[in-house]
Amino acid sequence: MSQIFTKNANTLARASLVAVVLAGGVFGWLIVAVPRSDYITRVDVPRPQPVPFSHKHHAGGMGIDCRYCHTTVETSGFANIPPTKTCMNCHSQLFTNAALLEPVRASFRNDTPLAWTRVHDLPDFVYFDHSIHVSKGVGCATCHGRVDQMPLMYKENTLQMEWCINCHRHPEEFLRPRDQVFNMQYQPPANQIELGRRLVKEYNVAGVQQITSCSTCHR
Amino acid sequence: MCVAFALVAVTACRQDMQDQPRYKPLAASDFFKDGASARPLVADTVARGQARLDSLLYTGKVDGVVVDQFPFPVTQAVLDRGQERFDIFCSPCHGPLGDGDGMVVRRGFRRPPSYHIDRLRDAPVGHFFDVMTNGFGAMQDYRAQVPVRDRWAIAAYIRALQLSQHATMADVPPAGRATLGRPASSGQESQR
Repeated sequence: MSQIFTKNANTLARASLVAVVLAGGVFGWLIVAVPRSDYITRVDVPRPQPVPFSHKHHAGGMGIDCRYCHTTVETSGFANIPPTKTCMNCHSQLFTNAALLEPVRASFRNDTPLAWTRVHDLPDFVYFDHSIHVSKGVGCATCHGRVDQMPLMYKENTLQMEWCINCHRHPEEFLRPRDQVFNMQYQPPANQIELGRRLVKEYNVAGVQQITSCSTCHR
Repeated sequence: MCVAFALVAVTACRQDMQDQPRYKPLAASDFFKDGASARPLVADTVARGQARLDSLLYTGKVDGVVVDQFPFPVTQAVLDRGQERFDIFCSPCHGPLGDGDGMVVRRGFRRPPSYHIDRLRDAPVGHFFDVMTNGFGAMQDYRAQVPVRDRWAIAAYIRALQLSQHATMADVPPAGRATLGRPASSGQESQR
């Protein structure tokens, strides 16, 4: 009776040991890397919008303050998407023939809101409030990036929990004086940690224990 | 086995917690005819505590006449607030000094009059509140963007701007006169 296993079965058996380890590694890497990939988080990916609104032109070139449109960012959890009327404050006279702006004019004529695509969309099980972050000295650009340099809106950061909690654990690395919150060009000073520690005290930022508690954001 | 585990893991992915059946602000709705979840006020209703009985505060007029008084005392805090709000909402057209030379005007918007002409220097302060509330000429109203008290704070700051452009040496405290004419980087204007 001949042998069931030929001699090179030994090699196959050894190789399969390596293959199992490798496959496990690849699988583990997929679990770690896929949820963080731009494909899933949509970081750096502009979304299709009814009008190609450019923050670079309005906030950067024209120097319009964030709060001109996002009027409730200091007082409410929601920063506000401006009504079409806000667009028409200027575009009643500027670029009145531009085909690009026809959806804006149609929206104003017909009293139907523009349906923007939400770029920063937190999961519904996360509680987030703009006003508290603004009043404690978190700059717009800290989370949203240099919006004044974005021709089309995209996410600068993942908004994933590990990203949020990095700042909640080390607020002193990110805080800035309140009067600099809306300054897009702000550069942190060399003594940021020292300044940050002072601001944490001055603005009564809750302790790290409290702002990293589960129920602070999952309530 | 890995494939089997991956299949189980994938089928476990549901988005019910991620997208809960509730409205976020300004979300779309297929329930209401206009497709919006945010509902406008029913006509002729007044929310509790929001009856606007104080005509001076809410219209800048008393008995239909534009007044030259503020509905609350103007303090340094009010002026600071007015400056901040002016820079956000007004300076794009009126310019940081109020001379009508803002960035939007430079791009072709109809030029507003300077605040420093006699007609506007003599205008009662209620006039500025009224223009912010109801619009004027090419300027749209700002009642939705700027709350009532902020509009008064801006009106106060406009008065301060008017004074600043017609100041004489006698208005400068003696201690500050020596610093006039120096570059503005450390001047009084940048101190807030």
